[in-house]
Amino acid sequence: MQLAVLGGFVVAGMAPLLHRWFGARTPLVLSLLPASMMIWLLGLWPVIASGEAVLLEWAWVPGLDITLTFLIDGLSWLFALLILGIGALVLVYTGDYLHGHQDLPRFLVVLIAFMMSMLGLVLSDNLVTLFVFWELTSITSFLLIGFHHGDLSARKAAQQGLYVTAGGGLALLAGFVMLAQAGGSWSLAELTMRGDALRSHALYLPMLFCLLVGAFTKSAQFPFHFWLPSAMAAPTPVSAYLHSATMVKAGVFLLARLHPALGGTDAWTLSLSLVGAFTMATGAFLAIQHTNIKKLLAYSTVMALGTLTMLLGLGTPEALVAFVAFLLAHSLYKGALFMVAGILDHETGTKDVTHMGGLRHVMPRTAVVAAVAALSLAGMPPLLGFVGKELMLESALAATQYRVVIVGLTSVAAFLTLAVAAIVAFRPFYGALRRTPRTPHEAPPGMLAGPALLAGLSLLFGLAPGWLDGLVVATIAGLGATDHDVHLALWHGINLPLVLSLVSLALGLMVWRRWDRLRAHLARLRPFMARGPEAGYEALMAGMVAAAEWQTRMLQNGHIRNYLIVTLLTLLGLVGHALLFRHAPNLNVPVAAYPHEAVVAGLMVAGAVAACVMRSRLAAVAAVGIMGFSVALVFVLFSAPDLAITQLLVETLTVILLVLVLFRLPRFATLSTPTERARDLVVAGLSGIMITLLMFSVLGGERLPRISDFLVANSQPQGHGHNIVNVILVDFRALDTLGEMFVLALAAIGVLAMLRFHAESGGTAPTPPRESENG
Amino acid sequence: MVRSGTLILSVAARLLLPLQLLFSLFLLLRGHDEPGGGFIAGLVASGAFALYLFAYGGRATHAMLKVSPRDLIGLGLTLGVFSTLPALWQGEPFFTAQWWTIPVIGFKASTPLLFDIGVYLVVIGSVLTAITALVDTDREDA
Repeated sequence: MQLAVLGGFVVAGMAPLLHRWFGARTPLVLSLLPASMMIWLLGLWPVIASGEAVLLEWAWVPGLDITLTFLIDGLSWLFALLILGIGALVLVYTGDYLHGHQDLPRFLVVLIAFMMSMLGLVLSDNLVTLFVFWELTSITSFLLIGFHHGDLSARKAAQQGLYVTAGGGLALLAGFVMLAQAGGSWSLAELTMRGDALRSHALYLPMLFCLLVGAFTKSAQFPFHFWLPSAMAAPTPVSAYLHSATMVKAGVFLLARLHPALGGTDAWTLSLSLVGAFTMATGAFLAIQHTNIKKLLAYSTVMALGTLTMLLGLGTPEALVAFVAFLLAHSLYKGALFMVAGILDHETGTKDVTHMGGLRHVMPRTAVVAAVAALSLAGMPPLLGFVGKELMLESALAATQYRVVIVGLTSVAAFLTLAVAAIVAFRPFYGALRRTPRTPHEAPPGMLAGPALLAGLSLLFGLAPGWLDGLVVATIAGLGATDHDVHLALWHGINLPLVLSLVSLALGLMVWRRWDRLRAHLARLRPFMARGPEAGYEALMAGMVAAAEWQTRMLQNGHIRNYLIVTLLTLLGLVGHALLFRHAPNLNVPVAAYPHEAVVAGLMVAGAVAACVMRSRLAAVAAVGIMGFSVALVFVLFSAPDLAITQLLVETLTVILLVLVLFRLPRFATLSTPTERARDLVVAGLSGIMITLLMFSVLGGERLPRISDFLVANSQPQGHGHNIVNVILVDFRALDTLGEMFVLALAAIGVLAMLRFHAESGGTAPTPPRESENG
Repeated sequence: MVRSGTLILSVAARLLLPLQLLFSLFLLLRGHDEPGGGFIAGLVASGAFALYLFAYGGRATHAMLKVSPRDLIGLGLTLGVFSTLPALWQGEPFFTAQWWTIPVIGFKASTPLLFDIGVYLVVIGSVLTAITALVDTDREDA
């Protein structure tokens, strides 16, 4: 499976090539990839159904406890299936939606890469691997939201999504580190078994906080919900796939995954259920203020994500059953509705539902699909959405803390969602036919197949919810609720949830009837809404840009002497502090030198002093050269030929570079006042003294076994080389060298960019680029 | 600023270039056992090209190199990363060195050697990128 996922990334890279061979049929061909992986997963069903977890082990960096091990239990199996199944349908849909679009290959590359990242995310057993895939989904999401990168608002939305989710990602990383430290393992399979130790650990609250920030940003919980509606700038297949069915559920998935490890405490229950319930109500309330069909759906996704979070917070076996049912129901109907929204946009040329009407006459099949999916969204029998909603209401009513708040917010969300469903599915299709920018036709079969299948499944599972019993049992086993009997049913008898449903039906229909007038009333709330979390985000970003400008002006003003002074002072402060207060400086080092060594040392000192006092640039360069060659001599004296050769070569190349720049420099001038020179002397002197003390301490204290002994002993047997320096560079510490290679390459590119920029801007000093449009 | 040099310089550069490059290859290949290695060899080779550059100017050097120094950087980095893959194939930890002996000539091939060649190329590419960029801006000013 790991090979399949990694291979998937390769396939993603090959998408442009495939596009050359298959042309417009490429998405169809590519959909075979998720389809085949899905068949493999379905083959695992007997194992999953027995409640067991499949652990596919694969070592990656054993030294750091990082593995590519995949953990397939009921929870990840269900998510993987949704990712692959909806992924395949979305690919088919894309074939028609972006038919003939010139950037289709680029779209497919990122979409497939996302699909594989998401799959890796849900299947990973190792926290580090999970985090890598988590960030990959953020990046691919960024690229997909900004797909129409010529459009400023799309770029802004993409940045917003990235900053919010990647910022949360940082918190998540901190949370993961704490989790691994507290639990003593990076493996989720092991951590979930150490729940008691984790819950009583001193770091439990900070760890929980960091993990929640990570999960809440990703899953668009209040107050981070605002990025999701903005993300609707993406092409509709992306909205259907990333921003409703899969990526935004990553946060919820993570919470579910960690539920056995961290769940059940008061902090967990309260934060999740209250944030979830509040997000639900906020999402539903904001939804009805919009007329853009995609925004309506996006806010209702926010509401659904809130529901899932709340159910996890409640954490009773009943709530977990509701979680699974609602998750499945939402993925099916929301995927379908987004695809329908794409059809409407594609056929009519507008996204505004108030501009559409009577479309059932021209696109009857789409109207049926939309109606079925919307009924599921509204939670109407006999659809799966109804089953999910009843279970959800039942769990909310069974809440032990803040029951009134939770039930109240849930009911508000329920009737507003009903109104949203009615607006989305009936407004465009009923009433009189309206003029739209494009003349609508029935959707092409490729675009209709996906939503029809998803809506069909909603209906099928709604009529026979018992078929899902096995899946639900297996999934909640992964959530820590084993041996719980589950019988999903459409009809639960006349009980309180049903009464609540009926009341919300009545209220919802009322909202729908008076929607236009209600919107006018709500418009008056705008000035208040403008101070929501999104304004906070804007202020934060503006503040960050201002802080960056300030610190750039302070620290990176283009004067090398300032850089040097800052660097040296920092070094002095940190190392000097450690040296003086942590370790007493060791001064009894017998200083003895042969005469020739003293000569070399004297040469270096002379070179340094000469470089400072010379009034000609050429002479100063020569003086620095004396120092460089003396250092090379030192290496020779202490038998380090490799270092000596390197030093000499570097000196030579420095001369070449100096020759090239020397003529371009202005005339030698004294720029600093005597006071500044005195200050520089003090800083330089202190740095020298500190380095000397440091050397003495290093030479004096033989506290640790020296690594050079190991290297001398193992260079030939393990590295097959007699040149220890080289064996270190290319074998023992090759990873460091690889990093340095990248640094060198970046430095070269930096030089190139600076010189080019310098030349283009007409020889004036480069000013830092202003990023005013970053918002 | 850099224009064709004197006769002595041009003749010397032309004669020295192959020798210096050969020497750099020698340093590269023997580097695992004797002083040398990819970094040093790369510096020697860049010195050789720099000499040529001073003698014949930027355009002639570009023409002789045939590839852009920036492509050398890319190639070097690719080789460096590529040399980590055989270990993965063997199921060993990331970056574990792999050694093979090529039968007939008895040459010991290894991933560290491949990696060292990567270092060599990156060094040449980076130094030349910087130097040619400086020379190019000179020409634009002139």
